[in-house]
Amino acid sequence: MSLLAVHDLAVARGGMRTVEGVSFALDAGQALILRGPNGIGKTTLLRTVAGLQPAVSGRIEAAPDAIAYAAHADGLKTALTVTENLRFWAQVFGRTEITPAIEAMNLRDLTQRPAGTLSAGQKRRLGLARLLVTGRPVWVLDEPTVSLDADSVALFATVVRAHLGQGGAALMATHIDLGLPEAEVLDLTPLRASTASKDVKPAGFNEAFA
Amino acid sequence: MSIWEYANPVKFMRSSGAVLPWVVAGAAACTVGGLIWGFLTPPDYKQGASVKIMFLHVPAAMMAINCWFMMLVASLIWIIRRHHVSALAAKAAAPIGAVMTLIALVTGAAWGQPTWGTWWEWDPRLTSFLVLFLFYLGYIALWEAVENPDSAADLTGVLCLVGSVFAVLSRYAVNFWNQGLHQGASLSVASGERMSAIYRYPLYLCMAGFFLMFLALLLIRTRTEIRIRRTAALQAREAR
Amino acid sequence: MIALLMRDLRLATRAGGGFGLGLAFFLIVCTLVPFGVGPQAEMLSRIAPGILWIGALLACLLSLDRLFALDFEDGSLDLLATAPLPLEGGVAVKAAAHWIATGLPLVVAAPLFGMLLHLPSQAVPYLLISLLIGTPALSMLGAFGAAITVGLRRGGLLLSLLVLPLYVPTLLFGAEAVRRGAAGMDAITPLVFQAAITLLTLALIPFAAAAALRINLR
Repeated sequence: MSLLAVHDLAVARGGMRTVEGVSFALDAGQALILRGPNGIGKTTLLRTVAGLQPAVSGRIEAAPDAIAYAAHADGLKTALTVTENLRFWAQVFGRTEITPAIEAMNLRDLTQRPAGTLSAGQKRRLGLARLLVTGRPVWVLDEPTVSLDADSVALFATVVRAHLGQGGAALMATHIDLGLPEAEVLDLTPLRASTASKDVKPAGFNEAFA
Repeated sequence: MSIWEYANPVKFMRSSGAVLPWVVAGAAACTVGGLIWGFLTPPDYKQGASVKIMFLHVPAAMMAINCWFMMLVASLIWIIRRHHVSALAAKAAAPIGAVMTLIALVTGAAWGQPTWGTWWEWDPRLTSFLVLFLFYLGYIALWEAVENPDSAADLTGVLCLVGSVFAVLSRYAVNFWNQGLHQGASLSVASGERMSAIYRYPLYLCMAGFFLMFLALLLIRTRTEIRIRRTAALQAREAR
Repeated sequence: MIALLMRDLRLATRAGGGFGLGLAFFLIVCTLVPFGVGPQAEMLSRIAPGILWIGALLACLLSLDRLFALDFEDGSLDLLATAPLPLEGGVAVKAAAHWIATGLPLVVAAPLFGMLLHLPSQAVPYLLISLLIGTPALSMLGAFGAAITVGLRRGGLLLSLLVLPLYVPTLLFGAEAVRRGAAGMDAITPLVFQAAITLLTLALIPFAAAAALRINLR
């Protein structure tokens, strides 16, 4: 049984289908990287998988409370320190242990700093440390390595690998090389929703109408 | 064949286009006829000629409330069954309802001046109409503010539900706060004899006229909204 | 849920959190009114119940537009929506945090500001009780407005337009209770009505606000 299975999924942004017929499955220990040009709907697809918006058609199968989502924005409060930020998210997800996450993302020297004083890359690392404290098996990551330097990208790859090794899975969208050669790649370009296939017969009008 | 077939935009456009001329004609006939008939009624022994404002005031007030009720039903249909026409009909109805409320308020002020000696009084009925007008404004503003049409339909639907609850609460809360000058309901089954037939029949005609006028405006505006949405969809398809 | 409450309260008291701004605004309203209507004590004491209630209401409204907007902008709201905590609970907790940070200080300070406006002393308990009963409804209804306008540019003004009509029953019963208290009349009835409205609000609005948030997150 896979951790996350997507069957023939179509998603829409602003009422327009962007990508359709997406199918994949993620088993424990697997990582999948979504690629494709801007505007094809990578972010929309990830948000749909994370349950933040409804799919136009298709099915998403995942255990309840299995997915941890991380987007461009890290969800950090600038007025709170690194520890406070992490502890908050750990508590929201019903956990208490935050030290391993701090260690893993190399944030030990920064724990008492307010998140507002961190650099962009440090914030990103804190945002990824947040994933660790959720304790959820499936990571859904949108451009996880934006603003990370080479060392931090390598660090990120190590953390993802460790997560996979513990039976987790990761679904990522990115343009940049993540340093994870073992990850499978799904190119969304051929799955772009075609305009020609849109049926304009009355039954389909409600959707064509949007 | 179920009633929901009319929720299909194509079918709605076809059938509404067919009935629209008849509704417009009926609205014009009833409204004009009713208002002229009402104008020709003899002056009231107590209120004089100013009683004739009633033929505008009462139907407008009636439609102001019924329009909100229609929006509530349309919002519920949208939220439950996701029919776009329903959401667009609710959107189309709001400005009509706001104008009806405004007519009721303005004619009420014009009627109140000779009758009560004041343009405005913080009377429960007047106040609750003002509050209703504010609800209409908020609803319209929210439609204007949200860019994604489906989100706008959802958000205004939720607002309409919550607003309805609080509009009713406000309506009864203001009773508590001030007993008011306004007379009771002008027409009711129990008090049929309160208004003489001379006034009653033209008033019925005006009410029918306002109802048909609302229906005609609603159909025209909903058709326009559907066309706007279709144009936007076509443009979006062209653009990619 | 407690974690969220503590975080919001901590944020409110940190730099830039705006703690106390509502209170300062309330003070300014109570200071400006005598400039507008004149310093006569009997006039002020007559309008004091209304002014105090309207001042509290506006002060409450002032801080509302950031209630979800900050979490929306920094992505916390996405993360909260995918967290095990139900969004309805999140809304209720955030409204509660808003009430503790804004509403409760207003309640405590109101008798003091009542003195500025010559509020008759027999009305003070009613002012306290009616604000205590009413301000949670203000916070919760405001959370609903904030949830609806969270994704919008210029949401603040729209928020006021949407929320203020919803405040009518609460304001009306609240001010009426204080007025009756000042006149030495029985004020229990309006207080009971006000409590009923607050309970209704607390029971229903979290669902409406959470629905609005989910729509805005799509």
